Amino acid sequence: MSEYAMPEQVNSALRWRCRRGMLELDILLNEFIDKKYTLLDNSQKEVFDQVLDYPDQLLFDLFLGHMESSDTKVSDLVQTIRQSASV
Amino acid sequence: MNIEDIPRRRFDALIIGAGGGGLRAALQLAEADASVAVVSKVFPTRSHTVAAQGGMNAALANVLPDNWHWHMFDTVKGSDYLGDQDAIEYMCRAAPKAVYEMEHFGVPFSRLDNGKIYQRPFGGQSQNFGGEQAARTCAAADRTGHAILHSLYQQNIRAKTHFFDEYFAVDLLKDEQGNILGAYVFDIHSGEELIIEAKTTLLATGGAGQLFRTTTNALINTGDGMGMALRAGMPLQDMEFFQFHPTGIAGRGMLITEGARGEGGYLVNAKGERFMERYAPSAKDLASRDVVSRSIYTEVKEGRGCGPEKDHVLLKLDHLPEDVLQSRLPGIRQTCITFLGIDPADQPIPVYPTAHYTMGGVPTNRHGQVVIPVKDTPEEPVTGLYAAGECACVSVHGANRLGGNSLLDILVFGRSAANHIIEYLKENRFHKVIDEKVIKQAYNRLHRWDTNSGDESVDDIRHELQKVMEENCGVFRTQDVLNNGVEEVSKLAERLKNASITDQSELFNTARVEALELENLMDVALATVYSAAARTESRGAHSRVDFTERDDKGWMRHTLYTSEERKLDYKPVRTKPMSVDSFPPKPRVY
Ligand SMILES: Cc1cc2nc3c(=O)[nH]c(=O)nc-3n(C[C@H](O)[C@H](O)[C@H](O)COP(=O)(O)OP(=O)(O)OC[C@H]3O[C@@H](n4cnc5c(N)ncnc54)[C@H](O)[C@@H]3O)c2cc1C
Repeated sequence: MSEYAMPEQVNSALRWRCRRGMLELDILLNEFIDKKYTLLDNSQKEVFDQVLDYPDQLLFDLFLGHMESSDTKVSDLVQTIRQSASV
Repeated sequence: MNIEDIPRRRFDALIIGAGGGGLRAALQLAEADASVAVVSKVFPTRSHTVAAQGGMNAALANVLPDNWHWHMFDTVKGSDYLGDQDAIEYMCRAAPKAVYEMEHFGVPFSRLDNGKIYQRPFGGQSQNFGGEQAARTCAAADRTGHAILHSLYQQNIRAKTHFFDEYFAVDLLKDEQGNILGAYVFDIHSGEELIIEAKTTLLATGGAGQLFRTTTNALINTGDGMGMALRAGMPLQDMEFFQFHPTGIAGRGMLITEGARGEGGYLVNAKGERFMERYAPSAKDLASRDVVSRSIYTEVKEGRGCGPEKDHVLLKLDHLPEDVLQSRLPGIRQTCITFLGIDPADQPIPVYPTAHYTMGGVPTNRHGQVVIPVKDTPEEPVTGLYAAGECACVSVHGANRLGGNSLLDILVFGRSAANHIIEYLKENRFHKVIDEKVIKQAYNRLHRWDTNSGDESVDDIRHELQKVMEENCGVFRTQDVLNNGVEEVSKLAERLKNASITDQSELFNTARVEALELENLMDVALATVYSAAARTESRGAHSRVDFTERDDKGWMRHTLYTSEERKLDYKPVRTKPMSVDSFPPKPRVY
């Protein structure tokens, strides 16, 4: 993360990585960033960072419950992200 | 940085956009040993093609009898006779090969028990020129777009295509003779600018769903290539035709694939009536998209909508066997649970039309060459410029695209554009000289955002634009509504001149990217409302309450909008196919 040292830059870099090829992911990730991201601790932020590197289809499958990660840190985060979207 | 210090790179071909269209073209070129650069504002496999769940059409006849000529008939009819029949014939004939090619590149198409590719029925597909329902859509489960995009990306890596990932293309470079010489781009991470000189440039930047507030399209679909083309003096064709998908999740926008109705789902109004039986007695819920969208709109408008606001209808899937839902439509169930908190196995889904597909775009011929009117010729190719995919208008979709024809379009015309480029490169071995004047426009456009001190906000204007477009250029169109749209969008375009951004950093300045995207959206919105207000008929997705009939005498022609003076021009539809008889216009009933 060192290349994005300043706080606002972390923000824009992260936000850009939340721009995806599917509306569903845009909504889930952006609502999460707006509502919950700042509440994460550093190790959760690292998990989020790692999850953003997943391909869109995998993210879609995880967020929409077609698949579950065996890594509990990831599956916990996925749950939090899902909850930020339901109406 | 001064203009003369900006680094330059040279390629035979520059592809702007790494969706299915761009990647298919890039692969063809790289395999022919051309040097190819692909510029994409997001990582290639995050392009919007990844969202295409339903599948692609080809007359393989694996499930029901079929042939390319029936596919052609359906596409011409679906286009409400505005599609160019030479391009449609070309596409439908090329379709089976496009599927087999994708299979060869690694797309795992779903199979029948006999080992052949499974094909599902989609709206607007018929056997025998308008007869029984056909089954023409090939799918890799419900992740066809993902499979296509990833396979093509891997193939391109193997073929050594040069990728500029997360680079934003600002503008095309055009010399005084009108030749296109490449593009001005910058690296979103570092802000570093780059001039890409190319003997040929292909626009493959996708659609512009972000024009509307309720849309199925991801945030990246801001019509950038169309904006670039307009600023380079090219017209946009048939922009009044924007497809609204009939079944978006009400209030959210995302799509419930047509496959749901293909597998037996149907729509009901507040009285529980299967209202599609009234509007399309034969095809019912599988009628073409504009017919279904308009029917839903009418039900709601006439007070038969569901929910406390009576503002949507319901899509019923709860009668389908559990295993059909689970095996054929697993995605839909989870989408509803995640975004609505309901399970479609128990409860119907609230749906309403959502902006889905840009039928219009940069005018091209079937070789992907951008064609513009010059004096008395309606279609003169622009040297060095090509377009393919959703940003282009070739035009195979005419006034209304059929589901499953777009993935086909991007693959067929991505490939054919590349083939033409390969021929062009044989004759044109050298780069044309680019002088500073050519670069200046793009440079100024980008750097205007460094200095501007107006007090309008980019976010506010974008939201207002999306609302104005939805209300004044959506599924309900009258002269008053559209004229109001022209006025409101024009005001917003003026206000955009006074917009500024507070973030002036070089690194990851996404505020600047969003400002540039909004400029593109604004140009495309103007093209859309101006074109729509002028067309006084109903055809395909352009449905007018005050001109309810299709007017073939007056309007069987393509609209061409240019930014300079916001001028409209028209050209004839190409009604003559390549080898078969033409399909003359008939009433479009399903
Ligand atoms: C939810 C959904 C489902 C769909 N399902 C189907 C289906 O089942 N079957 C079907 O046939 N069609 C379907 N479609 C339509 C189809 O997916 C699209 O029309 C098609 O994928 C468009 O492909 P493309 O290559 O033209 O552009 P895209 O895939 O949109 O790619 C555009 C590319 O351009 C790049 N780009 C854009 N602007 C810039 C810029 N300024 N600088 C640099 N790069 C830029 C982007 O980064 C991206 O790489 C669906 C559409 C949606 C929204």
